[in-house]
Amino acid sequence: MTTAAALTSTLAGASKGGLRSFKNSLATVLVSASFCVALIPLVWLLWTVVSKGLKTITTSQWWTHSQRSITFRRPGGGVSHAILGTAEQVLVCTIISVPIALLVAIFLIEYGGGALAKVTSFMVDILTGIPSIVAALFIYAVFITTLGGQRAGIYVSLALVMLMVPVIVRTTEEMLKLVPNELREASYALGVPKWKTITKIVLPTAYSGIVTGVMLGVARVAGETAPLLILVGYSPDTNSNLLSGFQGSLPGMIYSQVPQLGNKRFHYAADRLWGTALTLILIVMVLNVGARLIARRSKIAN
Amino acid sequence: MAKRIDAKNLDIYYGKFLAVSEVSFTIAPRSVTAFIGPSGCGKSTVLRTINRMHEVITGAHVKGDLLLDGENIYDSAIDPVEVRRTIGMVFQRPNPFPTMSIYDNVAAGLKLQSGRLKKSDLDDTVEKSLRGANLWEEVKNRLGKPGAGLSGGQQQRLCIARAIAVEPQVLLMDEPCSALDPISTLAIEDLIQSLKEKYTIVIVTHNMQQAARVSERTAFFNLAGVGKPGKLVEIDETQKIFSNPSDPRTEDYISGRFG
Repeated sequence: MTTAAALTSTLAGASKGGLRSFKNSLATVLVSASFCVALIPLVWLLWTVVSKGLKTITTSQWWTHSQRSITFRRPGGGVSHAILGTAEQVLVCTIISVPIALLVAIFLIEYGGGALAKVTSFMVDILTGIPSIVAALFIYAVFITTLGGQRAGIYVSLALVMLMVPVIVRTTEEMLKLVPNELREASYALGVPKWKTITKIVLPTAYSGIVTGVMLGVARVAGETAPLLILVGYSPDTNSNLLSGFQGSLPGMIYSQVPQLGNKRFHYAADRLWGTALTLILIVMVLNVGARLIARRSKIAN
Repeated sequence: MAKRIDAKNLDIYYGKFLAVSEVSFTIAPRSVTAFIGPSGCGKSTVLRTINRMHEVITGAHVKGDLLLDGENIYDSAIDPVEVRRTIGMVFQRPNPFPTMSIYDNVAAGLKLQSGRLKKSDLDDTVEKSLRGANLWEEVKNRLGKPGAGLSGGQQQRLCIARAIAVEPQVLLMDEPCSALDPISTLAIEDLIQSLKEKYTIVIVTHNMQQAARVSERTAFFNLAGVGKPGKLVEIDETQKIFSNPSDPRTEDYISGRFG
């Protein structure tokens, strides 16, 4: 009797075990399949850009020349004017955004809780969802329509600030939340004032995460095109002045070559388009890797 | 160095919730006092009011007086940051600063409190504090290594070294051994015995044997019921508390009939 009961229960356990392992395999297959499906467009995109752009960016002129007097028919020329423009715009944008975003994130996490914090957090949420073209139109309305300015690179930087700040605020907030409260308490218990606890204990602990957040912000804005079209236009010539004139930029250059993409007569322009796209991807990637290395080196080796 | 602590009719609130009520006690300088009692009875809360650490939680406040050598630390003219410089604290879980080396962890309090310090003075303080925490011999050759790389017991002694480096008058310990193995616990208990020659020590513990081993006086806290405030039942010589307590509730607790 008891043996039989034990046997049935073992068998039931075994069949349940069989069903469970089947479910487990099924879930594993589904998860792996989804992963592969998600990977396809990424690999495809990288392959397309690399295969079509590699021969262009390895030419001798690419990194040192601008597109001055290069028409769609002609081969040659480079992206130096575009790299310069994008670098200037993004650099100024980053210099303005990082302090604002860090202070906002510190306020929300370290001093938050009040009504002002709730409103601020809500505003950041809204800002996160703002399309870049709306940010560009806002800057255009304020600085060009209302204040009477001329289109220039600096306005692109300002529009990009509106896109970059929420990205950095959100990631920095997450990083500050990860800093254990025990560290703050340990610091207070040593008689360290709050602002020094934040600057000397909390921020250094979250440093590498914050750097990653800044890089995400840079990657987010470096490829933005709408603000360029609206606020600065595109120049194939080198213009290092952020305050006046058309300015070259990587997305601007891609955009300027797009009409020739399917045209056999202007295949040089199509080559340059893919070269520019690859250049943009490479620059964002190099910045990312560089930032990670800096963040790693600044931490004490564990 | 060490100072006397007098609590007079302390009521401790979290917002409107009265967590602990009517606590009065006197703690003599250069002594070890243990706080025991069931979970949630407010012994850690009382400990944290001694250096105003409970104020870190929004809405927490205190009514009554807490005197440090006769000076009320809750006087409106007193800066809580100054109080915490005088009254150091060691926490339940070792919490060395993860971005700092062993040396910088010990020096952190001094460096962050005041600006420039002479390197040689700092070196002396770090060595003295690490010796004081019985950790010097184990780490003297790797002061530049991260503090988080030490074992749990070593990390806790590092935290004690960090706390005594700023030369407090009083050292509060909130269950300092509850995350440690018996050998590390023994090391900390030995350390408490040597530290009491210089500091007034208050230690919260769930381990009654530990209270009996390390403390001269013991305070028993209890909760009247769920949602009611915690109270100090009695405070007396440790030997008396554990052999012949005046209050029957204390006897129930230490004999294991309750809690």
